[in-house]
This record gives sequence, C-alpha cells and structure tokens, in this order.
Amino acid sequence: MTTTIDKAPQRPSVLKRLPVVHQLRSSVGLQRGMLVTGLVLVAIFLLTAAFAPLLAPYGFGQLRADGELFGSQQRPSSDHLLGTTVGGFDVLSRVIWGSRTALTTIVLAVALSIVVGIVLGLLSGYFGGWLDRVLVVIADAIYAFPSLLLAILAAIVISNGQADKWGGIWATAISITVVFVPQYFRVIRAEAVRIKAEAFVESARVVGAGHVRIMTRHVLRNSTRTLPLIVTLNAGEAILTLAGLGFLGFGISPTQAGDWGYDLNKALGDVTSGIWWTSLPPGLAIVLTVLGVSLVGESLNDLADPRLRTRRRAAALAGAVGTTTAVPGGVLSAGPEGVDGVDLLEGPDATPTPEEGARSRGADGDDA
Amino acid sequence: MTSITTAEPTDLVPGAATPTPGRRRAGGGLGRYLLVRFLLIFPTILILVTTVFVMMRATGDPITAAQGGRLTPEQLAERIHAAGYDRPILVQYLDYLGSILRGDFGTTISDNRPVTEVLTTYGAATLELACYALLVAFLVGIPLGRIAAARRDRGIDATFRVSAVLVYATPVFFAGMLLKLVFSVWLDWLPVAGRASTGTEIELQRNGAGTGIYLIDAISTGDPAAIQDVLEHAILPAIALGLLTAGVFLRLVRTNVIGTLATGYVEAARSRGVSERRLLRKHAWRPALVPIITVIGLQIALLLAGAVLTETTFEWKGLGFQLVQYLQARDYVAVQGMVALLAVIVALTNFVVDVIAALVDPRIRY
Repeated sequence: MTTTIDKAPQRPSVLKRLPVVHQLRSSVGLQRGMLVTGLVLVAIFLLTAAFAPLLAPYGFGQLRADGELFGSQQRPSSDHLLGTTVGGFDVLSRVIWGSRTALTTIVLAVALSIVVGIVLGLLSGYFGGWLDRVLVVIADAIYAFPSLLLAILAAIVISNGQADKWGGIWATAISITVVFVPQYFRVIRAEAVRIKAEAFVESARVVGAGHVRIMTRHVLRNSTRTLPLIVTLNAGEAILTLAGLGFLGFGISPTQAGDWGYDLNKALGDVTSGIWWTSLPPGLAIVLTVLGVSLVGESLNDLADPRLRTRRRAAALAGAVGTTTAVPGGVLSAGPEGVDGVDLLEGPDATPTPEEGARSRGADGDDA
Repeated sequence: MTSITTAEPTDLVPGAATPTPGRRRAGGGLGRYLLVRFLLIFPTILILVTTVFVMMRATGDPITAAQGGRLTPEQLAERIHAAGYDRPILVQYLDYLGSILRGDFGTTISDNRPVTEVLTTYGAATLELACYALLVAFLVGIPLGRIAAARRDRGIDATFRVSAVLVYATPVFFAGMLLKLVFSVWLDWLPVAGRASTGTEIELQRNGAGTGIYLIDAISTGDPAAIQDVLEHAILPAIALGLLTAGVFLRLVRTNVIGTLATGYVEAARSRGVSERRLLRKHAWRPALVPIITVIGLQIALLLAGAVLTETTFEWKGLGFQLVQYLQARDYVAVQGMVALLAVIVALTNFVVDVIAALVDPRIRY
C-alpha cells in the first residue's frame, strides 16, 4: 500500500528527469529549435556510425569492385554517388565509415579525460595542500597551451605519426585527453573546494565517514552538475582535434579505417584543380557533427543559466548556476586572475554585480 | 613576502581587507599584482618546456626517429653519442633547461638551423596572418555581437548565434578549402595560395632586408601593384582564421551586453527614462568589453594552433607551415624547439594581456 503511494507520483517524473528530456520540455522557441536540430544531427551521426556496414556501399579501404579499379578522382556517378578520391577510394563510403572512427575517438577521449580529471580534481580540491598547488599550476600551464600543438606532441609520442586503426584512435584519444583533463580538473576542483566547506560534509565527518566515502558520496555527487555541458562541448572539440591531426598527416591509414581529417588532407591538392567532391563530403560531415553536438551543448547551457533564459531580473536569479558557455572562449574569462582563474567557473562570482564593481573600483581609487 | 617566491596563488591573497568573506578578491595594489603575475611566468614556462621535453623523450632519441632506417647501427650510435642523447636523462634535462635559459632552443636536424633563426625567419609571416585574422575577428565579431544583444531573441539574433556555432563547428582548414574553391577556383577572384605572387616576392626581396611583414615591405616599395598583390593573397587566409575568432567574440559580446543590460544600474537608468538605444550605447556597452581583453589573450593560443592549419591550407610560409614541414621530415628536435618556443611566446603574451586587463579593470588584483 505504502509502496504504491510512494511510487505513483514518481513514475512519470523518471522519464522527465532524464537529462536531455527534461531540458527539451522546458525549452521554448528558438532554444527548442536549436536543441531539436542538434539532437537530430547527433542522432543521424550515431545511427550512421552504428549502421556503417549496412549504409556504406563499399569498404573504407576498398579500391576495386568486380575486379575493376574504381579509378582516381572520378566524378560522382551512379556507381560512386560522391565520386572517388585521389587515392581511388569511394568518397561516400569513407565518409560513412569515418563516423565510426570519430565516435570511437570521442567516447574514448571524453571517458578518459573525465576519469582522470575527476580523480585529480577531487583529490586536489578535497585535500588541498601542496598537491593542490602543484596540480593547479600544471593544469593552468597546460590549459594555456595551444591544444593542437600538444595533441601533435602526444601523437608523436604515442604512435610516432604512423598508426594502424586502434593505434591511431588511441593516439588521437590520448592526445585529446591530455588537452581536456585540465578542463575537467578545474571544474571538479572548484566544486570540491566549494562543497567541502558545506555543512553536510562536516556532518558526515562528524559521523565518522572516511575521506573516500565523503569524496565519492558527498563531494563528487554534488560536483558533477556542469559535466554534461562540458562533455558536449568537448565532444565537438574532440572531433575537430581528430580532424586537425588527420589534416596535418597524423591520420589513420585508409586501409585501417575511415578518417575525415586524412581525406581532407589528401583533398587539399584537388581543390586547386576544382575537384569539389573529395573535400566537401568529409568536411561537411565534420561540420554537421560538431554543429549537432555544439547546438545541444549550447542549448543545455542556455537552459541551465537563468541569466540567458529569462529576459529580466536575470542577475538576481543567477543563483548558484555555473557560468559555462559552449565555445571554449566563453568560459575563459578565467585569465585575469592568472592561476587563480578557476574561481570564474564557479558561476555568479565570475560576474560581479555592479554594486561590487563600483565598490571595489571606489576602494581602489582610494588606494591610488 | 616569502609567499611570493613560492608563487602560490592562495598564499598570495592578503587576508586583510577582504570585503566579503570567502571572496579571494582583496585590496592588493596594482604593483603587487604585476610583480606576482610576472613571477608566475617562470613556473609556467618551466612546466611547459618540461612537458614538451618529457613527451618528446618518451619516444626515444630524435636522431633514431629522423634517420632510423637510413644509417647503419654504428653510424647511428655515433651520431647519438655526438649529440649527447646517450647521457642520463636527468643530465640531458638540465642541459636542455640551461640552453633554453640562454635562449637556445636547439638546432634542427634536417636543415641544421637554430630554431630561434627559424622563428625570426618565419615569425613575421605568422604575426602578419594573426594580425589580419584578429582584425577580421574584431570587425565582424564585435559589431555583430552588439546587434545580436540589442535584438535579443529576434530573428537576426538567432541567425547570428547559429552562424557563430556554425563557424565554430567548421575546422579552419575546411573553411580555407571552401573559400579557395569558391573564390579562387570557381570565381577566379583571388589567388589560390602563398603570401604573394612570384614577381612581387622577387621585388620585395630585391628591395633589401625588409621587416618580413609583406604589407609593410610592399608599402615601403611604394608600388601599388605590389601592395594590391600582397593584400589579395592575405584576404582568404585572414577570413578563414579570423572567422573562427569572430564567432567567439560575437558570443562573448552578446552574452556580456545582455548581462550588463540586466544589471541594476541599467535598470535604474531605464527607470529614469533613458532610451533603450542610449542604454545600450552608453551604459551597457563599455563594461561588457572588458572581458574581451582577457579572451584575446586566450585567443592567441587558439590563433597559433589555427595558424598551423591555415598556413598549411594556404601554403602561407610561416611558423605553422614550417612546423608541419619538420613534422613530415620527422625532425623532432625542430618540432620540440618550436613548440617550446611557442609555449614561451604564449606564456609571455598571456602575461601582457593580464597586465592590460589589470590596468583596465581595478577589480583584478591578488
């Protein structure tokens, strides 16, 4: 009897409380349009990756059918809907297979960076001390580094530039991880620093809970709020980094897997001679995938931030919501405080209210 | 004062004069901030060059990587010994740090040039491209961001925002290829690649040692054809690289202006009957621009990475183009040197940007 009463009102809300479904329901107008467009693009990407063997007319490394070579740089025709590349591969098939490589890389890169970033961020934020100081300085230094250059170095280390399928995917994923870890680290650390001062953590400690239990049950559970946003943003960046590495010659060999960046690298010469079908399809595949992921991220971000959701009274409502934006330039108002910039991920503090601004300005004027 | 030398941020915050509990912002003076910020450059650079060193050495020695297949094992061992790569790793590391302190970032294996010379030869080209790109980003991103904020949630705002996401989603090299395809190949309006046509390059070279920034060199020749040629070559790379940053600026300006428009003092002005246009122009606009200064600093890093890709796409012979050449030659000494040097440049630029931001915004203090 009691169980039915308890469960009845919860039933419908389980579905509604699912991350994306909840946001979809609360969105309106343009925001809903962007979110839906993004979700559709992501769905197409996922389905393409899942059913690549069924969708692709040929294999990614296939050069001939019925004993005959496809030929190089063939115009689009009924045999090859998007023509063939300079290496004699079918463009459409390689674009479709490329989605698998992209998906695998994203999943690996994001999973790795989350795990490493969370562990380091929690330890650093929770225990503080010299470990915290060292990690913050390192994370900040790496964060300021041009990520593609770092990824190039990592790719050299891991695969020495030439790789088979999994070697290439792992190399790219780990390179991207190196670049992403500082982001997760910063967010989780900032949250951990904030949460460990909360009363419930103190009570847990009084009750006798150990460090590990407090970290995992109390701190971690409360500090993952902004993670979904960062994941969507990083997924887009992961694809772009993968494409950039491929374009610079760290791509995965065509006999091993489809790779959009590699194909674009090979298509660079074609552009000059007016051959469009080798560069447009893989390029558009990258653009649409990143666009889909970014639109989802952007919409989730806007919906999570009352300052962007409502027209008025916004600053007052901002409350405890994190300031996160879709483009990695947005959040990064971190700079002015140097190493201390982590604070700016903490939300409302990042944008001082005018009263504070005026006050500190006044105070500073007095000092000067 | 000892806390400064440890370069640890939290210790640097003076406990006194904190306006609100829990805030790190405090009343330290500008001079103190600048000093601390300056001292922080050193650990940053140390970490960056160490990261580069550790990563590159994890692959083994660069000579095997570059010449592996081409030399006999004896020759290889001899070359490795001559270059000192058979010494203990710690000795090599200290040696490497020492040479960086002296400004020596190594000598390339493939063409035997000091890395610093590569920088001085090709740096101007990258600098020129980066300036053009920043110009495009300013001219496009900031006005459009303001319009988007003013027309919030209307059609034009939606269009700009979606375009900004679209620009972000397009890899620079693909944007470059598209621009080339449309404007150079199909329409035949602009040159396909390079920094200038061969005739102009010869003319610039004959004119003696210039700045390496082609536009300045071309202006100093006083030949309008050369100036036009140089500018024509710059348009597409500048747009390809600039649009990426323009998208970031647009979103930032939009968000900031919307934020300042919603603040109490703007509301107060509104209640006094100040027109919406004036509110935007006078009250909300300037405070919204301060964070842009900071973001420019971070954009320098992004621009450098973007420059590597853009330069490769347009055969723009700058640092990025050269870096890719060395990568393909597996000349990892050159790669290591250039990346370390770029890291130092990024660290220094960030310092300069932070100083400017601190001068503009008195709230930024330790």
